[in-house]
Amino acid sequence: MILSEPKPFEEITGYLEGEKSVFILGCNGCAQSSGSGGPVQVAEMKGKLEGAGKKVTGTKVIDFLCEKALVKSGLRGRVDEVAAADSILVMTCGIGVQAVAAAVNRVCHPACNTVNLGGSRGEWRGSERCQECGQCLLDYTGGICPLTACTKSLVSGACGGASNGKCELSPDKDCGWELIFNRLKAKNQLARLKVFINPLDHSKLMARPEMLATSRYALEQSDQEGR
Amino acid sequence: MSLKSKLESGKFAITCEVGPLKGTDITEVEEAAALLKDKVDAANVTDQQSSVMRLGSLATSGILINKGLEPIYQMTCRDRNRIALQSDLLSAWVMGIRNVLALTGDLPALGDHPAAKPVYDLDSVTLLHAIGRLNAGFDIAGNELKGKPAFFAGAVVKVDSDTEASMELQIAKLERKVAAGAKFIQTQAVYSADSFGKFMKRVAKLKVPVLAGVIPLKSAGMARFMNKNVSGVLVPEELIEKMADAEDKTATGIQICADLIKKLKPLCQGVHIMAIGWEKKVPSIIQAAGL
Ligand code: SF4
Ligand code: SF4
Repeated sequence: MILSEPKPFEEITGYLEGEKSVFILGCNGCAQSSGSGGPVQVAEMKGKLEGAGKKVTGTKVIDFLCEKALVKSGLRGRVDEVAAADSILVMTCGIGVQAVAAAVNRVCHPACNTVNLGGSRGEWRGSERCQECGQCLLDYTGGICPLTACTKSLVSGACGGASNGKCELSPDKDCGWELIFNRLKAKNQLARLKVFINPLDHSKLMARPEMLATSRYALEQSDQEGR
Repeated sequence: MSLKSKLESGKFAITCEVGPLKGTDITEVEEAAALLKDKVDAANVTDQQSSVMRLGSLATSGILINKGLEPIYQMTCRDRNRIALQSDLLSAWVMGIRNVLALTGDLPALGDHPAAKPVYDLDSVTLLHAIGRLNAGFDIAGNELKGKPAFFAGAVVKVDSDTEASMELQIAKLERKVAAGAKFIQTQAVYSADSFGKFMKRVAKLKVPVLAGVIPLKSAGMARFMNKNVSGVLVPEELIEKMADAEDKTATGIQICADLIKKLKPLCQGVHIMAIGWEKKVPSIIQAAGL
């Protein structure tokens, strides 16, 4: 279980600046139970974006956006709608946004912040990782998480340590920022490298007190389990 | 003349490097300072270089000031959070330190305390931003300071990269560094005036003084070691052979370095000599380069 919450609407419209049309993707997994990216929120978002003057070329809610194969099969009948959009707004956790950004060759904007659950993680196989930072930066990094892909969790770009594309930590680890660069380049988004990003807010990186004791999912299940 | 006035007036600047040692014996640092003070404009004081724990760069910068050598206080983001970094900057200012060089810092895993917690609360760009805020009289949380510094802040860049992504990321980050307030740039060691010239063309639009980094070669083995292990250092094969064939390796190393400086000088605003244990040879390098 991963818990996500909606980003402020102005932040999302900021991401969409200069774009006319968007395809909205929601997730029937954790994002639905988080109340941040299920069918209800996707329909609401469509209305709000149209109200803000954007053309929504289509919407789709897929079971588990964190699984790239499901993303691809889920979008199979919707290729034209996706192609007609300037970008995809992905209403789910950081893992899901990264999986869609990796699976679909379109600019992907995150619509949610993933919040710290104090250790609990989703369980799909894949290279996407999310540290639940509560201030998702994927819009600036081509849909690759700088906190987890970069060993130092740098937000301003690469350090000087990489050799042949590998991190100074070990030749077995890709330099996350080189992956980010290649992704931004492939998606024609290199201008994202010029944006100044504030230092991370570490108060958001720490689990909220109530999360350290339990998770929202555990609370939902507590009745059935007779706790 | 201070480093700042020198660079601002367009004069060619010379900087070098002093590395604090592990322990409290400061004899070597004091000797190096006495020897270098009239030969260079300023000396970088490294901050736990290669993540190896040693005497701090703040205290060592203070020693240089006492000895009459202007320090460039190096500050990495590896070991301190934003509270400690800003506080140390204020301490540095009251100690008379005027130049700061902002660096990300190598991973602890590369040093002698691999189990240490890596901090990276800020990074080189956000540290420069913090220095700018302090200069403006505020901390980065927006609180007003009583008495403010006026640091001359610098940053580093890698000239030679082994992938396109790395090259472009270096330039993009340099732009971010300058936008965040870097007023001078020192480069990783270069060995080819050609590739340095190409780099300078690309960054000319930033209008920031660049000091070309050089490391004198001590042996062919050292050159091969750097090629293999130091990111961004590319010693050409012909120089390695020259060192291997040389009878007097010291004289040859100094000569190669001096020749390189002569070729780099017309392309940039200064030279940064990283002697790595050869601090005492820096005056001969400067002399041989005709500076
Ligand atoms: S930036 Fe990374 S850690 Fe933060 S929410 Fe996005 S994917 Fe997760
Ligand atoms: S080499 Fe790349 S992944 Fe490793 S710390 Fe530096 S920027 Fe991050």
